Amino acid sequence: MIALLLRDLRLAVRAGGGFGLGLAFFLIVIVLVPLGVGPQTALLTSIAPGILWVASLLAALLSLDRIFALDFEDGSLGLLATSPLPMEGAALAKALAHWITTGLPLTLAAPALGFLLSLAPEAYGYLLLSLLLGTPALSMIGTFGAALTVGLRRGGLLLSLLVLPLYVPTLIYGAEAVRRGADGQDASGALILLGVITAGCFAVLPFATAATLRINLR
Amino acid sequence: MSFWEYANPKKFMGWTAPVLPYVFGAAALCLTVGLVWGFFFTPDDYRQGSTVKIIYLHVPAALMAINAWIMMLVASLIWVVRRHHVSALAARAAGPIGLVMTLIALFTGAIWGQPMWGTYWAWDPRLTSFLILFLFYLGYMAMWEAIEDPDTAADLTSVLCMVGSVFAILSRYAVNFWNQGLHQGASLSLDAEENVSDVFWIPLVICIAGFVLLFIGLVLLRTRTEIRARRIRALEARARRA
Repeated sequence: MIALLLRDLRLAVRAGGGFGLGLAFFLIVIVLVPLGVGPQTALLTSIAPGILWVASLLAALLSLDRIFALDFEDGSLGLLATSPLPMEGAALAKALAHWITTGLPLTLAAPALGFLLSLAPEAYGYLLLSLLLGTPALSMIGTFGAALTVGLRRGGLLLSLLVLPLYVPTLIYGAEAVRRGADGQDASGALILLGVITAGCFAVLPFATAATLRINLR
Repeated sequence: MSFWEYANPKKFMGWTAPVLPYVFGAAALCLTVGLVWGFFFTPDDYRQGSTVKIIYLHVPAALMAINAWIMMLVASLIWVVRRHHVSALAARAAGPIGLVMTLIALFTGAIWGQPMWGTYWAWDPRLTSFLILFLFYLGYMAMWEAIEDPDTAADLTSVLCMVGSVFAILSRYAVNFWNQGLHQGASLSLDAEENVSDVFWIPLVICIAGFVLLFIGLVLLRTRTEIRARRIRALEARARRA
């Protein structure tokens, strides 16, 4: 499993593109929002938590179809299915690799981009914490979605239609935690529920993902 | 003879053909009686005026929008466990009907909301979760359309339906956390102290019965269509081979 994880990480870094693309997309969305809604600081401060979360969600979505597509095409996914590693483990490794290449950089870059949206100073800690708790769930849900659409030729659009409704709870709790933090309210409830969602996703979705992959490889 | 034999496609076609006219007839009767009674023979509400009468479409449609998804979930589970093709096809047939029910509930709610709340749309938890349910229906139907192999499609949509159900429930509670409600509570529960008055209650129950019958009839009809479509595909494949 660790070998698979390292292989995926190495591929992501050496092949280029996917690794930085999500981050660049994140940056562009954040830059476009003030251009669209106007430069009033008060307005930007109030919408910053939601925009940062929506943008990271879209950036995570961008690289999802790569999780299984290449391995499916060149047959290494079939090889993985016959290896001693159970499919559930492979699904988990894939999700972790996706998180390390997109979720983690997004989390680390988000506070820097918070400045661009004049995020309230109290909210930075909550932003970092909520993204750290929430982005693994985004990767895991996305891996499930990618497994569903792997056999399709034009799965990209369908993938976003399937995955985005599943992202709703994560988005609500994540953005709510940052917003409450920015208003100086108690955000622990939202953070705990966010953690619950992430833990639940990692407990259940590897099995669903593995089942889906087996169906697709049949 | 076991209960499952009714799921044999040939048996299914056999018993649904005579049953179907009765189901549709009963649905038409219930809906006519319920709607006419509701629209013309109930008094206006003292606060809401005659707008209250949209309840006879709104409540049954909203109820069926949720029940259609539950029916899809049960049918998907039966497909995964027992591999009855009719079950998978029934789940597929229920998708568009549930979608339309969701749309009816959203539209009638918007029409009622404009004079009563002063707005067509508010980001209220119930309204929001219905919009999310609408998206789930869209994704489910798109998934069926996208996959060519019927068995793979049935398997994948079943998994999607099960995972989607969990996330739909999660979303339901998440939006509660996110915003306070504008929508009134349930007006038709058996254990609540305050319910809709009897004058409105009886035609409403008749309308709900009508919607349930209509849903059953439409699902049976669409399932029959799906079975015939699959037979045609099988015949065409055989003709091409020969």
